[in-house]
Amino acid sequence: MELDDILASLFPAGHEVRVAHGRIAGHGVLRDGRRIHVVGLADGIALGVEDAASLAAQVLAIARQTDAAPILMPIDSSSQRMSRRDELLGLNEYLAHLAKSLLLAEQAGHRTIGLLYGGSAAGAFIATALATGTLVALPGAHPEVMDLPSMARVTKLSLDVLREKAKATPVFAPGLDNLARTGAVHATWDPAQPLTAQLEALLAEPAGDDARDLLGQQRQGRPKAAAIAARVVHEATRGG
Amino acid sequence: MSVISALRNETTSWYEASARQRIDALVDRGSLTEFVGPAARETSPHLAIFGLPTQLDDGIVVGEAALDGRAVLVAAQEGRFMGGAFGEVHGAKLVGLLRAARATRRDVLICFDTGGVRLQEANAGELAIAEIIRALVLARLAGVQVVGLIGGRAGCYGGGGLIAACCSTLIVTEQGRISVTGPEVIETNKGVEEFDSKDRAFVWRTMGGKHRYLIGGADRLVADSAAAFRAAAIGALSSPTVLDAGTLDAEQARLERRLARFGTAEDATEIWSALGIDPVDDLPALDESSFLARAGGKRESADGAR
Repeated sequence: MELDDILASLFPAGHEVRVAHGRIAGHGVLRDGRRIHVVGLADGIALGVEDAASLAAQVLAIARQTDAAPILMPIDSSSQRMSRRDELLGLNEYLAHLAKSLLLAEQAGHRTIGLLYGGSAAGAFIATALATGTLVALPGAHPEVMDLPSMARVTKLSLDVLREKAKATPVFAPGLDNLARTGAVHATWDPAQPLTAQLEALLAEPAGDDARDLLGQQRQGRPKAAAIAARVVHEATRGG
Repeated sequence: MSVISALRNETTSWYEASARQRIDALVDRGSLTEFVGPAARETSPHLAIFGLPTQLDDGIVVGEAALDGRAVLVAAQEGRFMGGAFGEVHGAKLVGLLRAARATRRDVLICFDTGGVRLQEANAGELAIAEIIRALVLARLAGVQVVGLIGGRAGCYGGGGLIAACCSTLIVTEQGRISVTGPEVIETNKGVEEFDSKDRAFVWRTMGGKHRYLIGGADRLVADSAAAFRAAAIGALSSPTVLDAGTLDAEQARLERRLARFGTAEDATEIWSALGIDPVDDLPALDESSFLARAGGKRESADGAR
Protein backbone atom coordinates (compact mmCIF):
# COMPACT_ATOMS: atom_id res chain seq x y z
CA MET A 1 0.00 0.00 0.00
CA GLU A 2 1.17 3.55 -0.75
CA LEU A 3 1.55 5.95 2.14
CA ASP A 4 -1.17 8.30 0.84
CA ASP A 5 -3.66 5.44 0.70
CA ILE A 6 -2.61 4.23 4.12
CA LEU A 7 -3.12 7.65 5.69
CA ALA A 8 -6.49 8.08 3.96
CA SER A 9 -7.65 4.70 5.24
CA LEU A 10 -6.32 5.38 8.74
CA PHE A 11 -7.77 8.86 9.09
CA PRO A 12 -10.98 9.26 7.07
CA ALA A 13 -11.81 12.18 9.36
CA GLY A 14 -8.71 13.95 8.14
CA HIS A 15 -5.03 14.31 8.79
CA GLU A 16 -2.17 16.75 8.52
CA VAL A 17 0.79 14.59 7.73
CA ARG A 18 3.75 15.79 5.67
CA VAL A 19 6.59 13.86 4.12
CA ALA A 20 9.92 15.58 3.49
CA HIS A 21 13.38 14.08 2.99
CA GLY A 22 12.03 10.63 3.81
CA ARG A 23 10.70 11.77 7.18
CA ILE A 24 7.00 11.64 8.06
CA ALA A 25 5.52 14.10 10.57
CA GLY A 26 2.10 15.36 11.59
CA HIS A 27 -1.09 14.07 13.13
CA GLY A 28 -4.36 12.43 12.21
CA VAL A 29 -7.81 12.21 13.79
CA LEU A 30 -9.78 9.05 14.50
CA ARG A 31 -13.55 8.79 13.97
CA ASP A 32 -14.23 9.60 17.61
CA GLY A 33 -12.09 12.72 17.38
CA ARG A 34 -9.07 11.26 19.11
CA ARG A 35 -5.79 12.74 17.96
CA ILE A 36 -2.95 10.47 16.82
CA HIS A 37 0.60 11.75 16.45
CA VAL A 38 2.32 10.50 13.31
CA VAL A 39 6.12 10.25 13.12
CA GLY A 40 7.86 7.93 10.69
CA LEU A 41 10.13 7.10 7.78
CA ALA A 42 9.26 6.97 4.08
CA ASP A 43 10.74 6.28 0.65
CA GLY A 44 13.11 3.58 1.85
CA ILE A 45 15.39 6.13 3.50
CA ALA A 46 18.66 5.01 5.10
CA LEU A 47 18.60 6.26 8.68
CA GLY A 48 21.54 8.58 9.32
CA VAL A 49 22.57 10.77 12.23
CA GLU A 50 20.50 13.81 11.17
CA ASP A 51 17.37 11.73 10.52
CA ALA A 52 17.61 9.98 13.88
CA ALA A 53 18.13 13.29 15.71
CA SER A 54 15.19 14.86 13.90
CA LEU A 55 12.83 11.96 14.65
CA ALA A 56 13.92 11.86 18.29
CA ALA A 57 13.28 15.60 18.66
CA GLN A 58 9.73 15.10 17.39
CA VAL A 59 9.15 12.16 19.71
CA LEU A 60 10.52 14.05 22.73
CA ALA A 61 8.28 17.03 21.93
CA ILE A 62 5.30 14.66 21.97
CA ALA A 63 6.51 13.03 25.19
CA ARG A 64 6.33 16.44 26.88
CA GLN A 65 2.66 16.84 25.94
CA THR A 66 0.17 15.62 28.51
CA ASP A 67 -2.54 14.63 26.02
CA ALA A 68 -1.60 10.93 26.20
CA ALA A 69 -2.26 10.74 22.47
CA PRO A 70 -0.75 7.65 20.83
CA ILE A 71 2.16 7.85 18.40
CA LEU A 72 1.79 6.00 15.11
CA MET A 73 5.10 5.33 13.38
CA PRO A 74 4.72 4.34 9.72
CA ILE A 75 7.97 2.86 8.42
CA ASP A 76 9.43 2.29 5.00
CA SER A 77 13.20 2.54 5.41
CA SER A 78 16.31 0.62 4.50
CA SER A 79 19.04 0.03 7.07
CA GLN A 80 20.99 2.61 9.01
CA ARG A 81 23.08 4.79 6.69
CA MET A 82 26.37 3.01 6.12
CA SER A 83 29.12 5.59 5.94
CA ARG A 84 32.39 6.68 7.47
CA ARG A 85 30.86 10.02 8.49
CA ASP A 86 27.89 8.51 10.33
CA GLU A 87 30.13 6.17 12.31
CA LEU A 88 32.69 8.92 12.99
CA LEU A 89 29.91 11.00 14.55
CA GLY A 90 28.66 8.11 16.69
CA LEU A 91 25.61 6.79 14.85
CA ASN A 92 25.08 4.22 17.61
CA GLU A 93 24.28 7.04 20.04
CA TYR A 94 21.80 8.67 17.65
CA LEU A 95 19.94 5.42 17.01
CA ALA A 96 19.92 4.53 20.71
CA HIS A 97 18.69 8.02 21.56
CA LEU A 98 15.77 7.56 19.17
CA ALA A 99 14.89 4.20 20.73
CA LYS A 100 15.13 5.68 24.24
CA SER A 101 12.91 8.60 23.22
CA LEU A 102 10.22 6.23 21.96
CA LEU A 103 10.37 4.23 25.19
CA LEU A 104 10.22 7.41 27.28
CA ALA A 105 7.18 8.67 25.37
CA GLU A 106 5.47 5.33 25.92
CA GLN A 107 6.18 5.47 29.65
CA ALA A 108 4.84 9.04 29.68
CA GLY A 109 1.49 7.71 28.50
CA HIS A 110 1.74 7.87 24.71
CA ARG A 111 1.23 4.41 23.28
CA THR A 112 3.64 3.76 20.44
CA ILE A 113 2.52 1.75 17.44
CA GLY A 114 4.84 0.89 14.58
CA LEU A 115 3.26 0.38 11.18
CA LEU A 116 5.66 -1.38 8.84
CA TYR A 117 4.46 -0.76 5.30
CA GLY A 118 7.73 -1.10 3.37
CA GLY A 119 11.25 -2.07 4.23
CA SER A 120 13.34 -1.81 7.36
CA ALA A 121 16.62 -3.42 8.25
CA ALA A 122 19.40 -3.94 10.77
CA GLY A 123 20.02 -1.09 13.23
CA ALA A 124 17.34 1.14 11.73
CA PHE A 125 14.75 -1.58 12.39
CA ILE A 126 15.85 -1.82 16.04
CA ALA A 127 15.79 1.95 16.61
CA THR A 128 12.32 2.49 15.08
CA ALA A 129 9.84 -0.34 14.50
CA LEU A 130 11.23 -2.67 17.15
CA ALA A 131 11.35 0.16 19.73
CA THR A 132 7.58 0.71 19.56
CA GLY A 133 5.24 -0.92 22.06
CA THR A 134 3.26 -2.71 19.36
CA LEU A 135 4.42 -3.40 15.82
CA VAL A 136 1.92 -4.17 13.08
CA ALA A 137 2.59 -4.63 9.37
CA LEU A 138 0.85 -4.48 6.04
CA PRO A 139 1.20 -7.24 3.45
CA GLY A 140 4.18 -6.54 1.22
CA ALA A 141 6.28 -5.16 4.05
CA HIS A 142 9.78 -6.57 3.81
CA PRO A 143 11.85 -6.31 6.99
CA GLU A 144 15.23 -7.97 7.20
CA VAL A 145 18.21 -8.12 9.49
CA MET A 146 20.61 -8.41 6.56
CA ASP A 147 20.03 -9.22 2.91
CA LEU A 148 20.88 -12.78 1.85
CA PRO A 149 23.81 -11.82 -0.46
CA SER A 150 25.55 -9.93 2.40
CA MET A 151 24.72 -12.77 4.76
CA ALA A 152 26.28 -15.20 2.30
CA ARG A 153 29.51 -13.17 2.35
CA VAL A 154 29.67 -13.01 6.13
CA THR A 155 28.72 -16.63 6.80
CA LYS A 156 30.80 -17.91 3.85
CA LEU A 157 27.86 -19.97 2.62
CA SER A 158 26.55 -19.84 -0.93
CA LEU A 159 23.30 -18.10 -1.76
CA ASP A 160 21.82 -21.40 -2.90
CA VAL A 161 22.68 -23.06 0.39
CA LEU A 162 21.16 -20.15 2.32
CA ARG A 163 17.98 -20.23 0.24
CA GLU A 164 17.67 -23.96 0.85
CA LYS A 165 18.19 -23.56 4.60
CA ALA A 166 15.73 -20.68 4.69
CA LYS A 167 12.99 -23.12 3.71
CA ALA A 168 13.74 -25.28 6.74
CA THR A 169 13.86 -22.51 9.36
CA PRO A 170 12.41 -19.02 9.70
CA VAL A 171 15.01 -17.97 12.22
CA PHE A 172 17.49 -16.24 9.93
CA ALA A 173 15.76 -15.62 6.61
CA PRO A 174 14.52 -12.15 5.63
CA GLY A 175 10.86 -11.32 5.28
CA LEU A 176 7.68 -10.42 7.12
CA ASP A 177 6.48 -13.97 7.76
CA ASN A 178 9.80 -15.06 9.20
CA LEU A 179 10.05 -12.08 11.54
CA ALA A 180 6.41 -12.44 12.55
CA ARG A 181 7.08 -16.02 13.60
CA THR A 182 9.78 -14.86 16.02
CA GLY A 183 7.23 -12.56 17.67
CA ALA A 184 8.53 -9.28 16.25
CA VAL A 185 5.24 -8.43 14.51
CA HIS A 186 2.07 -8.42 16.58
CA ALA A 187 -0.37 -8.61 13.65
CA THR A 188 -0.58 -8.09 9.92
CA TRP A 189 -3.44 -5.80 9.01
CA ASP A 190 -5.89 -6.42 6.18
CA PRO A 191 -5.56 -3.68 3.56
CA ALA A 192 -9.03 -4.55 2.18
CA GLN A 193 -10.61 -3.42 5.45
CA PRO A 194 -10.55 0.19 6.75
CA LEU A 195 -7.27 0.66 8.62
CA THR A 196 -8.93 3.12 10.99
CA ALA A 197 -11.08 0.32 12.45
CA GLN A 198 -8.04 -1.91 12.82
CA LEU A 199 -6.13 0.88 14.60
CA GLU A 200 -9.09 1.55 16.90
CA ALA A 201 -9.35 -2.14 17.72
CA LEU A 202 -5.63 -2.24 18.54
CA LEU A 203 -5.89 0.82 20.77
CA ALA A 204 -8.76 -0.86 22.61
CA GLU A 205 -6.43 -3.69 23.62
CA PRO A 206 -4.38 -3.01 26.76
CA ALA A 207 -0.71 -2.33 26.02
CA GLY A 208 0.77 -4.82 28.50
CA ASP A 209 4.37 -5.90 29.03
CA ASP A 210 6.82 -7.00 26.36
CA ALA A 211 5.43 -10.41 25.36
CA ARG A 212 7.25 -10.83 22.08
CA ASP A 213 9.20 -13.81 23.38
CA LEU A 214 5.98 -15.62 24.34
CA LEU A 215 4.54 -14.82 20.91
CA GLY A 216 7.65 -16.25 19.28
CA GLN A 217 7.24 -19.40 21.35
CA GLN A 218 3.58 -19.80 20.36
CA ARG A 219 4.42 -19.23 16.70
CA GLN A 220 7.37 -21.65 16.94
CA GLY A 221 9.82 -19.13 15.55
CA ARG A 222 11.78 -18.75 18.78
CA PRO A 223 11.52 -22.01 20.70
CA LYS A 224 13.73 -21.14 23.68
CA ALA A 225 13.89 -17.37 24.31
CA ALA A 226 10.82 -17.00 26.55
CA ALA A 227 11.75 -19.94 28.77
CA ILE A 228 15.40 -18.87 29.11
CA ALA A 229 14.53 -15.27 30.00
CA ALA A 230 11.93 -16.45 32.52
CA ARG A 231 14.38 -18.87 34.08
CA VAL A 232 17.02 -16.15 34.53
CA VAL A 233 14.41 -13.89 36.13
CA HIS A 234 13.40 -16.75 38.43
CA GLU A 235 16.96 -17.53 39.49
CA ALA A 236 17.75 -13.85 40.01
CA THR A 237 14.69 -13.07 42.11
CA ARG A 238 14.31 -16.17 44.28
CA GLY A 239 16.43 -14.57 47.01
CA GLY A 240 18.72 -16.21 49.50
CA MET B 1 40.47 -8.34 48.57
CA SER B 2 43.56 -10.47 49.07
CA VAL B 3 46.98 -9.51 47.79
CA ILE B 4 46.94 -12.44 45.39
CA SER B 5 43.68 -11.44 43.73
CA ALA B 6 44.76 -7.81 43.57
CA LEU B 7 47.88 -8.88 41.72
CA ARG B 8 45.84 -11.09 39.48
CA ASN B 9 43.54 -8.18 38.58
CA GLU B 10 46.47 -5.87 37.98
CA THR B 11 48.02 -8.19 35.44
CA THR B 12 44.89 -9.49 33.74
CA SER B 13 44.63 -7.90 30.28
CA TRP B 14 40.94 -7.29 29.54
CA TYR B 15 41.60 -7.62 25.83
CA GLU B 16 43.22 -11.03 26.19
CA ALA B 17 40.90 -12.44 28.87
CA SER B 18 37.89 -14.71 28.36
CA ALA B 19 34.40 -13.71 29.51
CA ARG B 20 34.74 -15.82 32.66
CA GLN B 21 38.19 -14.44 33.45
CA ARG B 22 36.85 -10.90 33.06
CA ILE B 23 33.99 -11.47 35.49
CA ASP B 24 36.24 -13.28 37.97
CA ALA B 25 38.68 -10.37 37.99
CA LEU B 26 35.99 -7.69 37.94
CA VAL B 27 33.78 -8.66 40.88
CA ASP B 28 34.68 -9.48 44.48
CA ARG B 29 36.63 -12.70 44.52
CA GLY B 30 34.47 -15.81 44.36
CA SER B 31 31.21 -13.85 44.59
CA LEU B 32 29.66 -14.89 41.27
CA THR B 33 26.56 -17.06 41.19
CA GLU B 34 25.76 -17.84 37.58
CA PHE B 35 22.23 -18.17 36.19
CA VAL B 36 21.47 -20.82 33.56
CA GLY B 37 25.14 -21.71 33.44
CA PRO B 38 26.93 -24.33 31.33
CA ALA B 39 25.58 -27.18 33.47
CA ALA B 40 22.09 -26.30 32.25
CA ARG B 41 23.28 -27.06 28.70
CA GLU B 42 21.00 -24.45 27.16
CA THR B 43 22.68 -24.34 23.78
CA SER B 44 21.61 -22.69 20.55
CA PRO B 45 18.86 -24.69 18.82
CA HIS B 46 19.79 -23.17 15.46
CA LEU B 47 23.54 -23.56 14.86
CA ALA B 48 23.22 -27.26 13.99
CA ILE B 49 21.33 -26.28 10.84
CA PHE B 50 24.59 -24.72 9.68
CA GLY B 51 26.76 -27.56 10.91
CA LEU B 52 28.32 -25.26 13.50
CA PRO B 53 29.34 -26.29 17.02
CA THR B 54 27.40 -24.99 20.00
CA GLN B 55 28.75 -23.82 23.35
CA LEU B 56 27.19 -24.81 26.67
CA ASP B 57 26.64 -21.19 27.75
CA ASP B 58 25.90 -19.89 24.21
CA GLY B 59 28.71 -17.39 24.59
CA ILE B 60 27.50 -15.35 27.54
CA VAL B 61 27.78 -15.52 31.33
CA VAL B 62 25.02 -13.91 33.42
CA GLY B 63 24.67 -13.95 37.17
CA GLU B 64 24.75 -12.10 40.46
CA ALA B 65 27.86 -11.03 42.33
CA ALA B 66 29.26 -8.42 44.67
CA LEU B 67 31.27 -5.40 43.59
CA ASP B 68 33.12 -3.80 46.48
CA GLY B 69 30.51 -5.36 48.75
CA ARG B 70 27.53 -4.15 46.77
CA ALA B 71 25.07 -6.68 45.27
CA VAL B 72 25.03 -6.38 41.48
CA LEU B 73 23.94 -8.32 38.42
CA VAL B 74 26.61 -9.00 35.85
CA ALA B 75 26.94 -10.23 32.27
CA ALA B 76 29.93 -10.94 30.03
CA GLN B 77 29.95 -11.86 26.36
CA GLU B 78 32.52 -14.32 25.04
CA GLY B 79 33.98 -12.75 21.92
CA ARG B 80 35.75 -15.96 20.99
CA PHE B 81 32.51 -17.86 20.43
CA MET B 82 30.70 -16.74 17.26
CA GLY B 83 32.28 -13.29 17.70
CA GLY B 84 30.21 -12.72 20.84
CA ALA B 85 27.16 -12.31 18.64
CA PHE B 86 23.59 -12.22 19.90
CA GLY B 87 21.70 -15.43 19.21
CA GLU B 88 18.37 -16.55 20.66
CA VAL B 89 19.65 -18.08 23.93
CA HIS B 90 22.54 -15.63 24.35
CA GLY B 91 20.18 -12.68 23.98
CA ALA B 92 17.43 -14.16 26.16
CA LYS B 93 19.85 -14.53 29.08
CA LEU B 94 20.59 -10.80 28.98
CA VAL B 95 16.89 -9.98 28.57
CA GLY B 96 16.13 -12.00 31.70
CA LEU B 97 18.97 -10.37 33.65
CA LEU B 98 17.73 -6.86 32.83
CA ARG B 99 14.12 -7.72 33.67
CA ALA B 100 15.37 -9.04 37.00
CA ALA B 101 17.37 -5.86 37.53
CA ARG B 102 14.20 -3.81 37.29
CA ALA B 103 12.33 -6.16 39.62
CA THR B 104 15.05 -6.28 42.26
CA ARG B 105 16.50 -2.77 41.77
CA ARG B 106 20.01 -4.10 41.47
CA ASP B 107 22.58 -2.34 39.29
CA VAL B 108 24.00 -4.17 36.28
CA LEU B 109 27.47 -4.52 34.76
CA ILE B 110 27.59 -5.62 31.12
CA CYS B 111 30.95 -6.63 29.62
CA PHE B 112 30.36 -6.24 25.89
CA ASP B 113 32.39 -8.18 23.33
CA THR B 114 30.27 -8.56 20.24
CA GLY B 115 30.02 -8.26 16.49
CA GLY B 116 26.26 -7.71 16.76
CA VAL B 117 23.51 -10.06 15.60
CA ARG B 118 24.44 -13.72 15.05
CA LEU B 119 23.48 -14.05 11.40
CA GLN B 120 22.74 -17.78 11.55
CA GLU B 121 19.82 -16.89 13.84
CA ALA B 122 19.47 -13.32 12.68
CA ASN B 123 15.77 -12.75 13.37
CA ALA B 124 15.98 -14.12 16.91
CA GLY B 125 19.14 -12.11 17.59
CA GLU B 126 17.71 -8.87 16.19
CA LEU B 127 14.58 -9.18 18.28
CA ALA B 128 16.59 -10.10 21.38
CA ILE B 129 18.50 -6.82 21.01
CA ALA B 130 15.20 -4.92 20.84
CA GLU B 131 14.00 -6.74 23.97
CA ILE B 132 17.28 -5.99 25.74
CA ILE B 133 17.02 -2.27 24.93
CA ARG B 134 13.44 -2.17 26.22
CA ALA B 135 14.30 -4.05 29.42
CA LEU B 136 17.43 -1.92 29.96
CA VAL B 137 15.61 1.39 29.53
CA LEU B 138 12.74 0.29 31.78
CA ALA B 139 15.26 -0.72 34.45
CA ARG B 140 17.01 2.65 34.17
CA LEU B 141 13.70 4.50 34.37
CA ALA B 142 13.15 2.61 37.63
CA GLY B 143 16.45 3.94 38.97
CA VAL B 144 18.81 1.07 38.15
CA GLN B 145 22.35 1.87 36.94
CA VAL B 146 23.59 -0.09 33.94
CA VAL B 147 27.32 0.16 33.36
CA GLY B 148 28.84 -1.01 30.07
CA LEU B 149 32.47 -2.19 29.87
CA ILE B 150 34.06 -2.30 26.43
CA GLY B 151 37.58 -3.45 25.67
CA GLY B 152 37.39 -6.91 24.10
CA ARG B 153 38.67 -8.33 20.84
CA ALA B 154 35.33 -8.21 19.06
CA GLY B 155 34.60 -4.59 20.05
CA CYS B 156 30.96 -3.57 20.35
CA TYR B 157 29.29 -3.55 16.96
CA GLY B 158 25.86 -3.61 15.40
CA GLY B 159 23.01 -3.80 17.87
CA GLY B 160 25.62 -4.08 20.61
CA GLY B 161 26.55 -0.46 19.89
CA LEU B 162 22.92 0.57 20.36
CA ILE B 163 22.61 -1.29 23.65
CA ALA B 164 25.87 0.29 24.85
CA ALA B 165 24.58 3.79 24.14
CA CYS B 166 21.52 3.03 26.30
CA CYS B 167 23.72 2.36 29.36
CA SER B 168 24.09 4.86 32.22
CA THR B 169 27.89 4.86 31.99
CA LEU B 170 30.34 3.44 29.46
CA ILE B 171 33.88 2.45 30.43
CA VAL B 172 36.23 1.80 27.51
CA THR B 173 39.83 1.09 26.69
CA GLU B 174 41.47 2.46 23.58
CA GLN B 175 40.95 -0.99 22.02
CA GLY B 176 37.21 -0.76 22.71
CA ARG B 177 35.69 -0.04 19.33
CA ILE B 178 32.05 1.02 19.19
CA SER B 179 29.99 1.43 16.03
CA VAL B 180 26.83 0.27 14.31
CA THR B 181 28.02 -0.82 10.88
CA GLY B 182 31.34 -2.62 11.02
CA PRO B 183 34.29 -1.70 8.79
CA GLU B 184 33.94 -4.76 6.53
CA VAL B 185 30.24 -4.22 5.97
CA ILE B 186 30.69 -0.54 5.06
CA GLU B 187 33.51 -1.46 2.70
CA THR B 188 31.46 -4.27 1.13
CA ASN B 189 28.44 -2.03 0.57
CA LYS B 190 30.05 1.34 -0.19
CA GLY B 191 33.52 0.56 -1.46
CA VAL B 192 37.05 0.79 -0.14
CA GLU B 193 37.19 4.53 -0.94
CA GLU B 194 34.44 5.07 1.67
CA PHE B 195 35.96 2.79 4.27
CA ASP B 196 39.22 0.84 4.16
CA SER B 197 38.67 -1.94 6.69
CA LYS B 198 42.31 -3.05 6.39
CA ASP B 199 43.62 0.32 7.61
CA ARG B 200 43.78 -0.42 11.32
CA ALA B 201 44.91 3.05 12.36
CA PHE B 202 41.96 4.55 10.48
CA VAL B 203 39.48 2.08 11.99
CA TRP B 204 40.70 2.76 15.54
CA ARG B 205 40.70 6.53 15.29
CA THR B 206 37.19 6.46 13.75
CA MET B 207 35.58 3.94 16.13
CA GLY B 208 38.08 3.34 18.92
CA GLY B 209 37.77 4.12 22.61
CA LYS B 210 39.83 7.30 22.58
CA HIS B 211 37.68 8.93 19.88
CA ARG B 212 34.48 7.82 21.57
CA TYR B 213 35.75 9.25 24.86
CA LEU B 214 36.63 12.58 23.22
CA ILE B 215 33.22 13.11 21.59
CA GLY B 216 31.22 11.97 24.63
CA GLY B 217 30.39 8.52 23.28
CA ALA B 218 32.07 6.98 26.34
CA ASP B 219 32.49 8.27 29.87
CA ARG B 220 35.66 6.77 31.29
CA LEU B 221 38.81 5.71 29.48
CA VAL B 222 40.90 3.14 31.33
CA ALA B 223 44.04 1.07 30.82
CA ASP B 224 43.69 -2.46 29.48
CA SER B 225 43.50 -4.23 32.83
CA ALA B 226 40.76 -5.85 34.86
CA ALA B 227 41.84 -3.78 37.87
CA ALA B 228 41.27 -0.56 35.96
CA PHE B 229 37.81 -1.70 34.86
CA ARG B 230 36.98 -2.73 38.42
CA ALA B 231 38.01 0.61 39.87
CA ALA B 232 36.09 2.52 37.19
CA ALA B 233 32.97 0.38 37.67
CA ILE B 234 33.04 0.98 41.42
CA GLY B 235 33.42 4.69 40.71
CA ALA B 236 30.54 4.69 38.25
CA LEU B 237 28.15 3.00 40.67
CA SER B 238 29.07 5.44 43.42
CA SER B 239 28.03 8.41 41.28
CA PRO B 240 24.63 7.35 39.96
CA THR B 241 22.89 9.06 37.05
CA VAL B 242 19.17 9.20 36.28
CA LEU B 243 17.22 8.59 33.11
CA ASP B 244 14.18 10.82 32.67
CA ALA B 245 12.76 13.36 30.24
CA GLY B 246 15.40 15.88 31.28
CA THR B 247 18.19 13.41 30.52
CA LEU B 248 16.92 12.79 27.01
CA ASP B 249 16.35 16.49 26.35
CA ALA B 250 19.96 17.04 27.39
CA GLU B 251 21.08 14.18 25.15
CA GLN B 252 19.13 15.66 22.25
CA ALA B 253 20.96 18.97 22.74
CA ARG B 254 24.29 17.17 23.11
CA LEU B 255 23.85 15.17 19.90
CA GLU B 256 22.64 18.20 17.93
CA ARG B 257 25.63 20.19 19.19
CA ARG B 258 27.92 17.41 17.97
CA LEU B 259 26.45 17.68 14.46
CA ALA B 260 26.83 21.45 14.51
CA ARG B 261 30.42 21.36 15.76
CA PHE B 262 31.81 18.37 13.90
CA GLY B 263 29.32 17.56 11.12
CA THR B 264 31.67 18.59 8.33
CA ALA B 265 34.76 16.82 9.65
CA GLU B 266 36.33 14.34 7.25
CA ASP B 267 38.49 12.58 9.81
CA ALA B 268 38.64 12.08 13.55
CA THR B 269 41.79 14.23 13.77
CA GLU B 270 39.78 17.25 12.55
CA ILE B 271 37.30 16.71 15.38
CA TRP B 272 40.11 16.46 17.94
CA SER B 273 41.62 19.71 16.64
CA ALA B 274 38.21 21.39 16.75
CA LEU B 275 38.01 20.38 20.41
CA GLY B 276 41.14 22.45 20.97
CA ILE B 277 43.49 19.53 21.50
CA ASP B 278 46.99 20.23 20.24
CA PRO B 279 48.86 18.40 18.89
CA VAL B 280 46.57 15.57 17.69
CA ASP B 281 48.80 13.46 15.46
CA ASP B 282 50.30 11.43 18.29
CA LEU B 283 47.07 11.02 20.30
CA PRO B 284 46.54 7.39 19.21
CA ALA B 285 50.00 6.47 20.48
CA LEU B 286 49.73 8.08 23.92
CA ASP B 287 49.28 5.97 27.02
CA GLU B 288 46.15 6.54 29.08
CA SER B 289 47.54 9.03 31.56
CA SER B 290 49.25 11.21 28.93
CA PHE B 291 46.16 11.04 26.75
CA LEU B 292 43.84 11.99 29.62
CA ALA B 293 46.14 14.84 30.60
CA ARG B 294 46.06 16.30 27.11
CA ALA B 295 42.31 15.77 26.65
CA GLY B 296 41.48 17.17 30.09
CA GLY B 297 38.88 19.94 30.02
CA LYS B 298 38.57 19.79 26.23
CA ARG B 299 36.47 16.73 25.51
CA GLU B 300 32.71 16.68 25.07
CA SER B 301 31.15 14.93 28.04
CA ALA B 302 27.84 13.11 28.31
CA ASP B 303 27.36 13.75 32.03
CA GLY B 304 23.65 13.72 32.76
CA ALA B 305 22.93 13.41 29.05
CA ARG B 306 22.91 9.68 28.26
